[in-house]
Order: sequence, then structure tokens, then C-alpha cells
Amino acid sequence: MRKAKILGLALLLGLAVLTFAACGQDRKPVLSVYNWGDYIDESIIAEFEKEFNIRVNYDTFSTNEDMYVKVKSGGGSYDLLFPSDYTIERMRKEGMLHKLDFNNIPNYQYIEEQFKNLDYDPQNEYSVPYMWGTVGIVYNKKMVTKPVTSWRILWDEDYAKQILMLDSQRDSIGITLKMLGYSMNTRNLQELAAAKEALIKQKPLVLAYVGDDVKDKMIAGEAALAVVWSGDAVYMMRENPDLAFAIPEEGSNLWFDAMVIPNTSKHKTEAEKFINFLCRTEIAYKNTDYIGYSTPHREAKKLLEPELLNEPAAYPSAEQLANCEIFLDLGDFLKEYDRIWTEVKAI
Amino acid sequence: MKNKWLTYPYLVWMLIFIFIPLLLVLFFSLTVRTPEGLAFSFENFQRFFEPIYLRVLLRSVYLALISTIICLVLGYPMAMILAGNNFKRKNVMVFLFVVPMWMNFLLRTYAWMTLLERQGLLNTFLSFLGLPPLNLLYTQEAVVLGMVYNFLPFMVLPIYSVLSKIDRQLIEAAADLGADQVTIFRRVIFPLSLPGVMSGITMVFMPAVTTFVISRLLGGGQFTLIGNLIEQQFLFVGDWHFGSAISMVMMVIILLSIGVLSRYDKEHEGGGLW
Amino acid sequence: MKHYLKKFYAILIYLFLYAPILILIIFSFNASKSRGNWSGFSLHWYFELLQDRQILNALYNTMMIAVLSAVIATLIGTAAAIGIHNMKKLKKKVIMNLTYLPVVNPDIVTGLSLMILFVFINLRLGFLSLLLAHITFNIPYVILSVLPKLKQLDKHLYEAALDLGATPLEAYRKVILPEIMPGVVTGMLLAFTLSLDDFVISFFTTGSGVSTLSITVYSMARRGINPKINAISTILFLTVLLLLMIVNIRMSGNHSKKER
Repeated sequence: MRKAKILGLALLLGLAVLTFAACGQDRKPVLSVYNWGDYIDESIIAEFEKEFNIRVNYDTFSTNEDMYVKVKSGGGSYDLLFPSDYTIERMRKEGMLHKLDFNNIPNYQYIEEQFKNLDYDPQNEYSVPYMWGTVGIVYNKKMVTKPVTSWRILWDEDYAKQILMLDSQRDSIGITLKMLGYSMNTRNLQELAAAKEALIKQKPLVLAYVGDDVKDKMIAGEAALAVVWSGDAVYMMRENPDLAFAIPEEGSNLWFDAMVIPNTSKHKTEAEKFINFLCRTEIAYKNTDYIGYSTPHREAKKLLEPELLNEPAAYPSAEQLANCEIFLDLGDFLKEYDRIWTEVKAI
Repeated sequence: MKNKWLTYPYLVWMLIFIFIPLLLVLFFSLTVRTPEGLAFSFENFQRFFEPIYLRVLLRSVYLALISTIICLVLGYPMAMILAGNNFKRKNVMVFLFVVPMWMNFLLRTYAWMTLLERQGLLNTFLSFLGLPPLNLLYTQEAVVLGMVYNFLPFMVLPIYSVLSKIDRQLIEAAADLGADQVTIFRRVIFPLSLPGVMSGITMVFMPAVTTFVISRLLGGGQFTLIGNLIEQQFLFVGDWHFGSAISMVMMVIILLSIGVLSRYDKEHEGGGLW
Repeated sequence: MKHYLKKFYAILIYLFLYAPILILIIFSFNASKSRGNWSGFSLHWYFELLQDRQILNALYNTMMIAVLSAVIATLIGTAAAIGIHNMKKLKKKVIMNLTYLPVVNPDIVTGLSLMILFVFINLRLGFLSLLLAHITFNIPYVILSVLPKLKQLDKHLYEAALDLGATPLEAYRKVILPEIMPGVVTGMLLAFTLSLDDFVISFFTTGSGVSTLSITVYSMARRGINPKINAISTILFLTVLLLLMIVNIRMSGNHSKKER
């Protein structure tokens, strides 16, 4: 009797293994993509898989640092990454990237000239721009009555426990430096100490240090003010009309996310196919329209609704941009930033 | 029976996957990266003993301790009720305590996220009563609540299993000798249940002091615990050396406290988990 | 009076334990995404779940790893338990302490130490590393479930089998194994459940897009409230309930046999 039961169990287990093994057996090439959370229209992945008969293994990260550490430590071999400017610079300098074969990426021609040959990739050998944007404050007009023109509003005690900060060290330290009138790329220890002090002073007012959940929270009206990336702001304002976006007058960060292939990748051609696919005009349009970020794709931008094109959160004025700084790779000095953020979080 | 070789696969496995990894952690904790390569140093430990990180350690121990005490206060009476023969479906009741224990703790923690939010069910209820909304999520209290909720069964079950083994005759004898209920509890039941209490304390305190998920989801990154510090060093900063040093300190604290507590529990009778 | 007080207290505690889970389950059938309000019954989120590739993938990984790690851990663990059982006292004590180490060591330390090892030996973090990690933390639990059964075993059973002309292998297969089988199966089920339940160790030892259900839930929860998580919770809750009932019935069956 018992023997039968055990036999039954063993059979079940064996069966499970067999079916699962059968499911897992498709000999398609697998492309491992490591992207920011909520940073693609996922139906595009399915379209790509269907058209090219490639399986995409899609994984997400929430900060550049998070992604860099994982790739650097050899944790998992990815084939396509979407880092920001300063991280691309760092990875390029450390020899972590493959040079791209632009013959495989003919759609690169659609990328606007102003997004090519930027400082993080001067000869444009390693990267293809994906999206760009700024950092600003999204606020709920029903809860915030004061004008949002300065980063200082994030230190305003009237909004205690209604402020969401980004759990991303370069961004959070960066805006604090800006507020204090310093450069976001400072190597001056005194300036950094001042920023640290300010962040520690702000901590009791902060409701939470968030990542991608900032969108959900702001849309649901869980907080009044949040530091966000511009594209997320566009998305949030679409979902909740009470929200508005502002780039503080002290200036902010202008960033570019681009697609790169790490040199651990064994599927370089497939990765280039994916890059090219994402640069196809109708795909780039669909993607931009869905995620709300600003596209460097000339043709896709033409297709966008005027409403989005005139949205200052997505396409800020030249005047606003003049005030913005691009993050630079700090090399070994990054340690100081690491330490400050660790201490701010720890206190 | 000559079958020592049967343990060899296990021993080799444990050597590779338990022993060597721990040695690697020790190795990383005692080295620092310099331009010339790795160098032996106590710097990571020194850094940990700076006030700012000691505060994290203290906060972790403090929150875990509070949660453990709350679990004990709530759990002991419950264990007594379960051990008493007052209810018909005793087995079902015990079973009901085991079920949430096996429900993934992420889901249990997530459940509270949805309840405590400003737009969550508790605040909706408050506003229904005409009360102003409260800031419940992302507070220290929310973290403690999450710990208590997650680990309460770990306190109740070991105590229950010890209590239910106590010889009834002992209690009757004490009563015959004229002891009142309070005295019986104080002099007979409680001392006998100590092994269960000790293992309950271990089982609550240990996961509570090392968690990084509960503080992350219910504390909103505001209350860094020692687990968060370790996670941060390994996954965001990439400083494995400092991260390893923190892990070593934590491991030593845990193993020492288990060593001390298990003195009360020599026969592992309070285990009750297997 | 006292009886009612007890009952009241017990009900309060059960309410505390179950209310959040039940609310989670109820809201998995909510038609809208709204978090505080009920807007009608719907299976919408379950259909969404079925179409979510990430979740289906995670489910596949979770099951695969749970089954494989449980089976392998059971093989290694049962063999080890038999070996340990026959050891001299001192040696046994040393090995048992070693066995308890991963049980009492904080998960986070086990997880990251394995991660360091895998990176050190250049093993790509992914399915294999996840599987190895799960086997590692499962083995001790198998040993701890099999050992008690071995203790109950009649010492002379094995020798009797040999005397009656069985080869050592036959003696194990035909005499010892059937006797300790309940412990072995319990160990395997325990390993299976532990593997399903694990988050922390998986979190540290996975990579390149391979994730388990609990990792997926964590990354979803970090993105905010999502009714899909409620739907997963409901399914997992029912699965756990079922699994535990099976284990429980098995165990109580063994109990009554022992007492006879």
C-alpha cells in the first residue's frame, strides 16, 4: 500500500521533471537583456522574438550602480545593457564593453546628430542612445500650494513625511549639490560634506527612499513631492492629472541612457539585431509613446503627438537644459559618494 | 556496518558549499583593495565599529528584541491555550498556526504594505469613521509589526510543543500539595517550558535581526538594519570587503547567542519543527 | 468565563494571523486596481497572471529547482544520514554540528557566501548556481528527518539480513530503506517546500534573468502595489495549504503506527 503511494509520488515527480524538461528545450538562441524596470513596452520583446526566432531573457535593475556591480562581479552574463552616460564611461574605461558593429545597426542613421559622439563615448563606438531626460520634482497640485521652483522645497518642513527621495546615490547626492550651488560632479570633499549634512538633515522629512515604486505611490496620492526622472513624470501625469513636474531653477541633471554590449556577451550579433530593432522607426515610436521618455530618434519623434512634444517634462526648453549638467564618471573618487550615501542611509 | 563512504558525498558537498564559502567571506573581510592588489587589513572591522554603523547594529538588535518580546508576550498565552485540552479541534488549531509559517514571508509582508498605506484599507476604514489618516507605512512601528506578524508562529509552536509534553500528574501533585494556580504556573509550568521559550526566542530573534526585506518594504529604506547594510554593500556599492566584515560580525553574534540559548535546550526538545 | 476569555484571545490571534492574508485573497478578485475600495468581482488579475511571461517563467524555474533540489538533496542526505548513524560518538557529534551550521546560520550569510564562491570559481550566476544553493540548504533538513527513523530501527535488522544471505546492497534496499522510507519522504517534502519558500538565498545566488517566484514577487512589490501579487498569493496560499495537509496526514499516520 505505502509502496504504491511512494511509487505514485515518484512517478509524479518524474513526470514533472519530464514535462518541465520538455518545456525548457527549445534550441533558439537566448538573448539576455538587462534593462531598467518599466523601461520598455514589453509587447516589443514578444514582437522581436517572433520575428527573429530568438528567445529574450529579460531582467531589470533599479540603479546604474546595482547593474554595474552585478555585471562587474560576473553575476550572470548579459548580452545587452541600458546604462546611463557616466556608467557607460566607466565601463568603457574599464574595458567592459564590446565595440559595436554598426553595419548590423543600419537604423542608427535615425538617431539625431546631437546625441552622437557625446563625452561618454566620444567616437561613438560602443553605444546607441536609447532615451534621454532630466531629473526633476513631480508634485501633487492638491497637496503642494507653494511654488515648486527650487530643490529646497524638498527640505521644507511643511511637507514632512510627504517627500519621496530616489534611492540612487548619484541622483540624490547630485540634486543636493545643485541645491547648494555646487557641481554634481564635484570632487571637493568640503562640498560633499555639506551635501551629506543636508541629506541627513532632510532624512526625518522623507517618507521613503524609493525606486520604481515612486510612480505607483505618486499616482495613488501617497505622497506630495518626489524626485523623479522626467519620463516617469510624463507617465505619472498621464495617469493622475493632479500631478505636475518642475525642473528646479538651480539646475538639474541631463542624462542619456544608451544600449551597450558587455564583452562577456556570447550573443553579440543577436544583441545588435535587438538594438537595430529598437531603432526601427515604428518600434521606437511605439516604445517612446508607451514609456513616456524622450527619444533621440528623429523619425519616431516626428510621429509623436504634439501634446507630448510640447510637454516640457519630456522635451524641456533649451533654456532649462542650459542649466543642466551631465554626470561624469568619477573613477576612484566614487568611493566617497558610496560612503556618503551609505552613511546617509545608515543614520 | 562499513558504510562510512555513504557520508562522503555529503561531506565533500558541505566542504565546497558551506565551509569554503565561509572561509571566502572571512578572507574578504580581512582584506582591502589597494592599487597593488589585495592587502591584509583590519580596516573593514574598524570601519564597522564607527558610531554610525554601530547605530545600525544597535537599531537592528533593538527592533529585533522588541519584536521578540512582543512575540513572547502574545505567544506564550496562545501556546498555553493550544496546549490546554479545552478545545475539541486542537489539531486543526495547531495546524492553523503552521500554515502562515509556510506562506512565503514576502507575501505576508506585502499584505501589510497594502493595509498600511495612506490609501490602504486601514486608513480607508479610519476615514470611514471620520478620523484623519495616519502615517502607518514607512515607520519603525511598521517594521516591528512586520516582524511580529512574520515570526509569531515561530514563538508559539516551540513553546506549545514543550508545554504539551509536561506531565499532567506534576501539576496535579502541585495542586494536591496546596499550590494555587499562580504558584503552579510560576514554580512548575514556567520553569518546565523554558526550553521552548528559549528556542522560540532564537527562532524569532535570529530572522528578525538579519532581515533586510521587512525593513525595505515596510520601512521604505528609512531604517537601515544590518541586513540592509550587507545587501547594500554587496549589491549596490560592490564593496565585498566591508560587506563581508559586517556579515562576519553578524554571524558571530548570532552563533554566540544561539550557543548561549541552546544551553537551556540541551536535548533539542524545544525544536518542534521537525 | 475563563474559557470564553481564552476563546476570545485565541480568536484575536487567529484574526491577526489570517486577516491580512484573507484581505489579500479577497482583493485578488477585485475588478479595479484601486487599493482601498471594492469595485466588483473579477478574475481579471488571474488572466493577467496567465499572460505574464515573467511570472510563468519564474513559476517554471521555481518548480524545476524545487523538484530537482529536493530529489538530489534527498539522495545525498539519506546516504549521509545512514553513514552518520553508524559513526562513533565523537565523530557523529562533529558532523552533526557541521550539519546544524547551515540551519542556524543566517540566510543572508549563506546566500552571499555562496554568491562569493560562485563568482570566485567563475560559475555563471543563473539556474545552475540557484540549484546548487538550494541543494545545499536542503540537505541538512533531509538528514534531520531521516536520522530519527534510523534511531528507531532495530540494530540487528541489517545483520540479520546479511546472515540470511543478503548482500549489503540488498540489505539496504530491501530491509533498511523501506523502514526509513517515511523519514525520507518527509525529508523530501520538507526540502521541496523549503525550496519553494526560499527568497534570501535565491536572491543572492541568481542572475541573468533567471528568477524564482519569490524573487519576482519581491521585484514587483518594490515597484508598488499590484493586484497580480494578490493573485499569486492566493494560488500559493492554496498550494501551501494542500501541501501541508498532505505532510500532516502523512505524519499523523506515522505517529499512530508508532504508538501501536
